[in-house]
Amino acid sequence: MANTTPAVQMKNITKRFGLVTANSGVNLELYRGEILALLGENGSGKTTLMNMLCGLYFPDEGEILINGKPATIASPKDSFEYGIGMVHQHFKLIDVLSAAENIVLGLDEKLDIKKASAKITEICNKYGFDVDPSQKIYDMSVSQKQTVEIVKVLYRGADILILDEPTAVLTPQETEKLFAVLRKMKEDNKAIIIITHKMHEVESLSDRVAVLRKGKYIGDMRTADTNAAEMTDMMVGRKVVLNIIRPEPVNPKDRILVNGLTVKSEDGITKLKNVSFTIRSGEILGIAGISGCGQKELLEAIAGLQSVESGSVEYVDDKGKREQLLGKDPKQIRDMGVALSFVPEDRLGMGLVGNMDITDNMMLRSYENGHGPFTDRKTPQKLAQSVVEDLEVVTPGINTPVRSLSGGNVQKILVGREIASAPKVLLTAYAVRGLDINASYTIYDLINEQKKAGVAVVYVGEDLDVLMELSDRILVLCGGEVSGVLDGRTADRNEVGLLMTKVGGNSDGKN
Amino acid sequence: MINLVSFIPKAVVQGIPLLYGSTGEIVTQKSGNLNLGIPGVMYVGAISGVIGAFNFEQAVKSYQATHEAADTFLTVFVPMLSVMIPLLSCLLGSLIMGLIYCFLTVTLRANQNVTGLAMTTFGVGFGNFFGASLIKLSGADVPSIALTTTSKYFSQKLPFAETTGWFGKIFFSYGPLAYFSILVAIAAAIIIKKTRVGLHLRAVGESPATADSAGINVTMYKYGATCIGCMIAGLGGLYYVMDYATGVWSNDAFGDRGWLAIALVIFTIWKPDMSIFASILFGGLYILYLFLPINIDHMEYQQLYKMIPYVVTLVVLVITSIRNKRENQPPASLGLPYFREER
Repeated sequence: MANTTPAVQMKNITKRFGLVTANSGVNLELYRGEILALLGENGSGKTTLMNMLCGLYFPDEGEILINGKPATIASPKDSFEYGIGMVHQHFKLIDVLSAAENIVLGLDEKLDIKKASAKITEICNKYGFDVDPSQKIYDMSVSQKQTVEIVKVLYRGADILILDEPTAVLTPQETEKLFAVLRKMKEDNKAIIIITHKMHEVESLSDRVAVLRKGKYIGDMRTADTNAAEMTDMMVGRKVVLNIIRPEPVNPKDRILVNGLTVKSEDGITKLKNVSFTIRSGEILGIAGISGCGQKELLEAIAGLQSVESGSVEYVDDKGKREQLLGKDPKQIRDMGVALSFVPEDRLGMGLVGNMDITDNMMLRSYENGHGPFTDRKTPQKLAQSVVEDLEVVTPGINTPVRSLSGGNVQKILVGREIASAPKVLLTAYAVRGLDINASYTIYDLINEQKKAGVAVVYVGEDLDVLMELSDRILVLCGGEVSGVLDGRTADRNEVGLLMTKVGGNSDGKN
Repeated sequence: MINLVSFIPKAVVQGIPLLYGSTGEIVTQKSGNLNLGIPGVMYVGAISGVIGAFNFEQAVKSYQATHEAADTFLTVFVPMLSVMIPLLSCLLGSLIMGLIYCFLTVTLRANQNVTGLAMTTFGVGFGNFFGASLIKLSGADVPSIALTTTSKYFSQKLPFAETTGWFGKIFFSYGPLAYFSILVAIAAAIIIKKTRVGLHLRAVGESPATADSAGINVTMYKYGATCIGCMIAGLGGLYYVMDYATGVWSNDAFGDRGWLAIALVIFTIWKPDMSIFASILFGGLYILYLFLPINIDHMEYQQLYKMIPYVVTLVVLVITSIRNKRENQPPASLGLPYFREER
């Protein structure tokens, strides 16, 4: 490969946003017939770099060569002409339009949906996609939307593909399917860049890795010659231990008793059916289940954000006195020491206000403290400062609007704030969604510290491996029902997987 | 019982300014710009046409004084210019309003609601200022100006209107701008629904970031749609003064028709073709009180009848949000500014 011309060559690329330098002097090469994994912590400038390739940003300094020739990519149109296509982390699709309409969007050809649909079907058959050209985007699952994005890029004849965290929202099966397609494209002599935080994906998919750290290019190497630990060290810039500790629970006591909980959604669909379990202090209870099987409703019901059909949720204090939580408003429940940190798919949707700065977001939990009509700003300021320092949030300052931070940093602030309220019960959902490996481990450590301090922790996560390493007990949900409760130390991955897809696990005797 | 043959034509002529206004606003909103300046734009469109017509009529008068009646300029060019000058003045006036709005909201990313409301206040003030000035210039003893020479071309009915009985009254008894408004609405509906330009426009209004990354020039579409929308809406003002009011301008006569046009956008769930019927319906509701027996002691009931279009709009809003059908919702990024490098 070394003798061929690179499909993409980026030389000394620098990009600044106001005072923040997102990329400084980055060099990157991409060859045909290879998959390059681009690694880096949150906010290290991976997405910015890729946005310059696809014409959304224009570099302040540096040069881009496509197929050995200097290229000026001033707009997405230019990048299509160079055969570059990008699948963005947040899908760029229009909900009310059909798949076909989205795919032909922006093209100069005559608008002929029938002809376009035929071409789409042809592409789908070639790579084994399954897309209904006339289906509306809002009717699609996340993985279908992603397929549409990929077909869109291929429809434009792209042979240089960029995928920004494509697996963040996919189930393991969907991820495997995507990788099969990417391998096929690679054989087709296309050049592919993939951004991901999941090390096992890097190892199983990519041919080469390139690492960015704080906007700078650190180096690249063949995937076969390296390992997860080395890559992580390069990303972080120091030695990182990739072990999740699981201390034995100390003196666990029942903290919350959930009994026969049934929840229906607004449309009358049963989201939780007769769910009963116990949350204990000093213990991490992991909740496993495929997405949308009721985890969100369960946590919200406990936090008082979700109306409940029937059942009871009781809080047990240190003296053993029981108190019914249902019927209390979210603030009362929070005051009793039940904290909820839920990270939704768009990260900002719940818990933080994008246009407010870090201090103000801290104040969302403490705005009632203060003298008379005035709020107390000093304490939240200190809290903001300590969250920024302890969790290594990359930000120009605590007066920066949260919206302008990168996704991972936003999450650190959300989780940091909830933990800072010194809760008795900590409910976390998707706390590490989209976070890089180093930040994820920081969060795991934080959760473990809470557990050691005697907090009852409920952990809902996407990564089953982590869930099984972290939890003392695992509650498996399937279609809103409790499918099983397992011991985290002895649970088997396949067993959990089966319970996730079928209530009670497999009944046909195969184990 | 209401006499339909006299009611329908009255409803239609009330509806035409609303149709122009709503078509213009739909085209604008499809690009994601919520232009609350439409009442102002229609007002400016009307007064611009009036200014053009007024100056032209003055010039013709002084020309007539020195030339014979059979002069070729008077017989050939005056009819043509009588139409062209008010029309072009109106389009120019509303285009400038559109450009101001776009410059503020698209280029400078000012808040659309505030800008729109300011444009309405400005437009009405602008219209009344020049209206009053012209009335003073004309030296009339009533607070209005009559533009008889130019307006007769605008209020020209179709030839069969008088000879075909009730059918002619209902379908042929309108000026050319009325028929043009229906053509514009149909054209707008087809362009939005069927063409590539329409698809791109909808994409810009739904998600400018998506449109941008698909290679669509967001700024150009926003400017284009808003300016064309303003020009269409401005024609509504021109129709009102030149045809409906037969060339008589008096300050504040246009009333709240601009707001009705915006209400229509919601009522028609962003469909210009629906607006053809809806605006006539609104026009009818607007003047319904004239056709109902009203006790002279209770003139305030009039105002209750005039409220009906707004009440109907509220009902539609409630129904569409309850049904929650995605296609019937406003463009997703309506009212939001777009900046590519924002994170």
